[in-house]
Amino acid sequence: MKTIYLDHVATNPLHPEVLEAMLPYFRELYGNPLSIYEPGLKAREAIEKARESTAALINAKPKEIIFTASGAEANNFALKGIAYANQNKGKHIIVSKIEHHSVLNTARFLEKSGFAVTYLPVDKYGLINPEDVEKALTKETILISIIHASPEIGAIEPIVEISRIAKQKGLILHTDAVASVGNIPVDVQALGVDLLSFTAHQFYGPKGAAALYVREGGRIVPLIYGGIQEGGRRAGTENVPAIVGMGKAAELAKRDLQKRMDRVKVLRDKLITNALKTEKVLLTGPPEKRLPGHASFVVEYIEGEAMLLLLAAKGIYSASGSACSSKALKASPVLISIGIPAHLAQGSVVFTLGEETTEEDINYFNETFPQIISRLRGISPYAKGWEGMEGSSCTVQK
Amino acid sequence: MSAAEVVTKLQSDKQLMFLDQPLAADATTDIIYMMCPMHLLTIEDQIKDLDGGQILSILTDYDGALEDIPDWCKKTGNEFMGIFEDEDHYKFFIRKRKPSG
Repeated sequence: MKTIYLDHVATNPLHPEVLEAMLPYFRELYGNPLSIYEPGLKAREAIEKARESTAALINAKPKEIIFTASGAEANNFALKGIAYANQNKGKHIIVSKIEHHSVLNTARFLEKSGFAVTYLPVDKYGLINPEDVEKALTKETILISIIHASPEIGAIEPIVEISRIAKQKGLILHTDAVASVGNIPVDVQALGVDLLSFTAHQFYGPKGAAALYVREGGRIVPLIYGGIQEGGRRAGTENVPAIVGMGKAAELAKRDLQKRMDRVKVLRDKLITNALKTEKVLLTGPPEKRLPGHASFVVEYIEGEAMLLLLAAKGIYSASGSACSSKALKASPVLISIGIPAHLAQGSVVFTLGEETTEEDINYFNETFPQIISRLRGISPYAKGWEGMEGSSCTVQK
Repeated sequence: MSAAEVVTKLQSDKQLMFLDQPLAADATTDIIYMMCPMHLLTIEDQIKDLDGGQILSILTDYDGALEDIPDWCKKTGNEFMGIFEDEDHYKFFIRKRKPSG
């Protein structure tokens, strides 16, 4: 059976050129980059080359890139590192309600350590109103961290407008750009951010390599102490093959970005137009200001998980949103934040397209998806309506 | 040994020179929150770019630097000019030695 991968926001396959670039560093070029003999020097050289192309992808300087092992690590590092480095100036942080858990839970951890956190609301499309950022400022505010693009609803946030406010008040601005780098142009100068997290596997690089951009001159308390790697800011022997892969993937993403965006956007629009023809299917997130390969819906009267299973049985791989909804049987906080009631949030599905997605794939999907909805609604106890469910809370009622 | 004890010892050894005012530096490197051995590696790295006689300033909050930086200067023949104690960090000043001959 042919399989169609529509979960590119979860991860991506390695680009063949990326794999080729990585292989020598698993084999003969295995040296520790700190060693002063030939294999070590070669590994060091490869890391610095990767740093250059990784920086170029976001229009940063190579010395502004700190490699980490994941986007979650980069987000933890940004929030904790900036909070602790600036706590003498104030102890208030602003984040949004639709941040990834690596930001939200770090913010909660900082609350337990004596910081105050404001969780900003979003509108029905998941977009932040920059005026709300301004209103949330206090004389204690030191850091604003707002996600660049939501992996769950595709919304692209107004970071440029928020950065104007941050600059005016002399505050530090971090953005979690894990879902956006490699999918849309991301330029740290144009965005005006001081820190930015991104990860290689979102743009056909390997898992295990990510980075935190820290604007030159910015002070940050390390998350991991113990060595001189990454200028003493992130200790630990480098994952050389993965970093090399990130560098190669960044080079390819910079070269092919426009082509990738143009292609997936046409297919994505075709998918959305078709899905919305089915009754009681709602697009989540903004119709325009969204990631080009991203389509997300809530389908009334049925569960996201059931749709995923039947789609998988037809060879289509997709997701139901956040780990909250798919693993913890809780309504997604992102969907709740945009005003989707808990009973509707259970019917969440997310389809994300990538480089290998073809028109034929989308045609097959467009035929299959309505059939699956119809089949599930045929057996759903709620198919005749949501009687008694409208007031339900975040946790699923059984 | 605590930072205060190190300061007392080094002052009695006349190794530590605290300044009332920071000096004008030709280059400044901020390594606040970085730990050993970043202070020494950074000096080695940064001083290469200076001409003999120029002054490098290092900003650090690492207490070990109180002992290590004057020592490093003694070993390498660079002139340790003193420390300015700022609110939450130290500013070290080093004059690069002029090439001999």
